[in-house]
Amino acid sequence: MAEQRADAHIPTVIADELHIVYRVNGAKSGKGSATAALSRIMKRGEERGVRKVHAVRGVSFVAYRGEAIGLIGSNGSGKSTLLRAIAGLLPPEKGKVFTDGQPSLLGVNAALMNDLTGERNVILGGLAMGMTREQIKERYQGIVDFSGINEKGDFITLPMRTYSSGMAARLRFSIAAAKDHDVLMIDEALATGDRKFQKRSEDRIRELRKEAGTVFLVSHNNKSIRDTCNRVLWLERGELRMDGPTDEVLKEYEKFTGK
Amino acid sequence: MSETTHDGSVAVSAPPSPDEGLTAAQLAAKYGLAVSGARPSLFEYVRQLWDRRHFILAFSRAKLTAQYSQAKLGQLWQVATPLLNAAVYFFIFGVILQADRGMPREVYIPFLVTGVFVFTFTQSSVMAGVRAISGNLGLVRALHFPRASLPISFALQQLQQLLYSMIVLFVVAIGFGSYPKLSWVLILPVLVLQFLFNTGLALIMARAGAKTPDLAQLMPFVMRTWMYASGVMFSIPIMLKGKPDWIATVLQWNPAAVYMDLMRFALIDGYDHTQLPDHVWAAAAGWAVLFAVGGFVYFWKAEERYGRG
Repeated sequence: MAEQRADAHIPTVIADELHIVYRVNGAKSGKGSATAALSRIMKRGEERGVRKVHAVRGVSFVAYRGEAIGLIGSNGSGKSTLLRAIAGLLPPEKGKVFTDGQPSLLGVNAALMNDLTGERNVILGGLAMGMTREQIKERYQGIVDFSGINEKGDFITLPMRTYSSGMAARLRFSIAAAKDHDVLMIDEALATGDRKFQKRSEDRIRELRKEAGTVFLVSHNNKSIRDTCNRVLWLERGELRMDGPTDEVLKEYEKFTGK
Repeated sequence: MSETTHDGSVAVSAPPSPDEGLTAAQLAAKYGLAVSGARPSLFEYVRQLWDRRHFILAFSRAKLTAQYSQAKLGQLWQVATPLLNAAVYFFIFGVILQADRGMPREVYIPFLVTGVFVFTFTQSSVMAGVRAISGNLGLVRALHFPRASLPISFALQQLQQLLYSMIVLFVVAIGFGSYPKLSWVLILPVLVLQFLFNTGLALIMARAGAKTPDLAQLMPFVMRTWMYASGVMFSIPIMLKGKPDWIATVLQWNPAAVYMDLMRFALIDGYDHTQLPDHVWAAAAGWAVLFAVGGFVYFWKAEERYGRG
């Protein structure tokens, strides 16, 4: 199919009446003792101490190629959960998500190991994101330079647990941002580290956005949403409260939050 | 396409008219969108897994290295841990309990150490398998990869751990008079078959553990029972002399006992084929294929559901 990048009306992500439910073991209200747990098992057969958290309730939208979509809402409103569901990482309880290609979440933290050297983590993280060994070799120096880990000596050959939290965050971002994505999803609080690094990572995100077909951005920073997004989805208690152009939605949102 | 009539600017709130009235599924079909996170076909799944082979290997080696990275002796513990393990079992079963039951000492000690190492390989693969998904939810919820990578990677980690133990095992065997000979080549097929069996078992446990994390609490007891029933510290036929024959036959045919016996047969001079049950190689291969294929298909069947909290 011939690509028409200027055409905004080719859908890339369709969410259809999406519901996400988390099941939490051992968090049923009541006493937390072993006898209480036992009596619960005796009483109801199936729901053995499982508590359900309905994080996303019936969200539907269609995202088109070339859009940059901001996700806003107060803490715990289901923004990150929605992103993971779009990426196909959280199986939906009900409803469906259709996507063009494989959306990917920007982030690689979970694959890295603190006991390994930065060097090995770059390779491990790259492989976990699905890069080939050749690609990693090619980009290795770029990742290390971008993170600036080696500016203060040869830190990349030390275990990551010896890094300061800022240094570790920088390396994590550098690894995550080394890959190209079709549908890119960025969760908030990515721009960590000192001011110089924040600037660099913002530039990198902008670059990634240009290459990606559709971008989702979760942020509590209205300014960064306004700067980067042309459409905003406002989630509240797992429901889609508003969906529209950035200015309109942000105006309502700011009224709601009392700014 | 009719959509090109729109100008290039991004119109957000107004959906394109030709698509109006289509349901989400119809719209998705029209533009060739696929369901996100759907389970691929078995063939496609194997291909994806093959693409991730470097990740699987790197992850298993990283886990192995990370284990001892805080210790002063570092990676030396890879060998020291099995050595100490063997010493403890030797002291308790060889010296105090004298469980050899008439087996000559130069056979019994390597017999015991082989049993412990080979069984530990299966045991730790099962334990790692149970927690492969439920203990790595963060990873499962952050990145895309065929989920079978995790249990396979953990089984691979245990295989590498066993290879370190084999160094100790060789030293013990030679120390008790079993010198390298042609039959040591048989160690390789035994390892391959047991690894296949363990991987299949780890895949099964991973799916079960993802649904019921409580298995991690239960499995140590199951594994210990299995260990005592498999003749790790004693010879099954000698121990069960006088009991009905079928008990010994069943115990000897269980996969853990089969792999242990074959390893002993390959390694130890005084342990010959008369101590093996009939058709033992067929049993070893049968268990390996049955569990590897069955476990893989069983795990794949729930692929799209891993990661649900």
